[in-house]
Amino acid sequence: MITNIIAAVVVLGVLGAVFGLVLAIASKVFEVKKDPREEAILSHLAGANCGGCGYPGCAGCAAAILAGTAPVNACAPAGAANAAAIAEIMGQAAPSGERQVAFVRCNGGVNAKKRFDYVGVKDCMAATKVAAGPLECAFGCLGFGSCVSACQFGAMSIGPNGSAVVDPDKCTACMACAKACPRHLIVSVPVSKKVHVACANQDKGKATMSVCANSCIGCGLCQKECKKDAIHVENGVAVIDYDKCVGCKLCTKVCPRDAILPAATAEEKEKYKAIKKAQAEKAAAAKKAAEEAAAAAK
Amino acid sequence: MDQIYEILAISLGAILANNFIFSQFLGCCPFLGVSKKVDTAVGMGIAVTFVMGLASAVCYVVNRFVLTRFGLEYMQTVAFILVIAALVQFIEMFLQKSMPSLYTALGVYLPLITTNCAVLGVVLLNVQNNYNFISSVVYGITGGLGFLLAIVLFASIRERLVFADYPKCWDGFPIALVTAGLMALAFMGFSGLKIW
Repeated sequence: MITNIIAAVVVLGVLGAVFGLVLAIASKVFEVKKDPREEAILSHLAGANCGGCGYPGCAGCAAAILAGTAPVNACAPAGAANAAAIAEIMGQAAPSGERQVAFVRCNGGVNAKKRFDYVGVKDCMAATKVAAGPLECAFGCLGFGSCVSACQFGAMSIGPNGSAVVDPDKCTACMACAKACPRHLIVSVPVSKKVHVACANQDKGKATMSVCANSCIGCGLCQKECKKDAIHVENGVAVIDYDKCVGCKLCTKVCPRDAILPAATAEEKEKYKAIKKAQAEKAAAAKKAAEEAAAAAK
Repeated sequence: MDQIYEILAISLGAILANNFIFSQFLGCCPFLGVSKKVDTAVGMGIAVTFVMGLASAVCYVVNRFVLTRFGLEYMQTVAFILVIAALVQFIEMFLQKSMPSLYTALGVYLPLITTNCAVLGVVLLNVQNNYNFISSVVYGITGGLGFLLAIVLFASIRERLVFADYPKCWDGFPIALVTAGLMALAFMGFSGLKIW
């Protein structure tokens, strides 16, 4: 009886010891030198394995940063502070540039005309495969939420009017949503800039006007109004130069289509119109007075 | 000739009729956990096949020349767990050094299988069925192939489930479990293949 117990203990103990010894030897023989920096870099990445950097998971991104094939700020979700920390690990200068967030260049939603009722799979890519999508507008947000399900951070949602919107507080600019959007409507914009053109329709004005109530028709009023030369009509759609834009929102007040967000209310527009009218009258009166003065001097 | 016939019978049984997942319900944890994408399912399946084959071989040796010799058959479970854990660790170190590409391909799945009950199951079944060395290894590898087949089929179905219109409350594991049950029923059809 007691010999049985002893035999069991001894045999298992010896087995365990042998395996332990083999593993200890193996860990020396098969040792792979790992760069300690890789672990350090990994600890500064977001850790969500979102794939926004284009590498397989955060470990893949850390290896790429270490190999020098990815920039130190490859991980957008980690933010500027972590990018600076990684830069320090890699012995580089910290990258500058403010935090970016995603923005959906469409505010059409329910205001966009439908060509037919789509009843298939609730997925944007699937919907675009059916006769080029249910919307008249070839540039419009379909609102089936492929970007919402692509977002790992809960920053995307389908807005009250049926097109996708981004919550800039939650957005980490990983741009997984941009890859999921079959219409390529999602771009990254600086977080401090609040004025955006929410339309990407490049068609001619008349065609654009007929498909959606919130479309940019490329009329150029905003371009004329901008004091900073920050908004231009390119390829039939207004585009903001974020380096120049100061966020004065004058363009939103003159836009006849409410395509520039945040859209001005009718009241604000009337007020601005009245101010402009008063200014014009004042200028005209001043001009007239100057002319009269000149005539009197003659 | 008998040996060849036995190997064929074992293979057919392990892959289809006595499939580890659908008929013996071993290894259900990775089967449900790592079957959301076909790619990862293939990785897991190959890793399991690899470890099951090797574990069968090593455990046969340990059982035959150590446990049986000292009359310690009742310690099989403990001893086999010890062997499998050490083996997986060893394989991981070996692969990392000599075959980095295979190591990265198997990735996190290799250490995960340390505690996979399909691996422990196959070595215990080897002993129960009194298989010799060759039969044990064949049973281990083909059992792993059966696991690979099951998890890849299941993962492909789960990928397509995204487009299925089922009630919201079935989302996630409920519908996966129903699917697994139906697949197990389908695999019951192979039980007619039992030729021994």
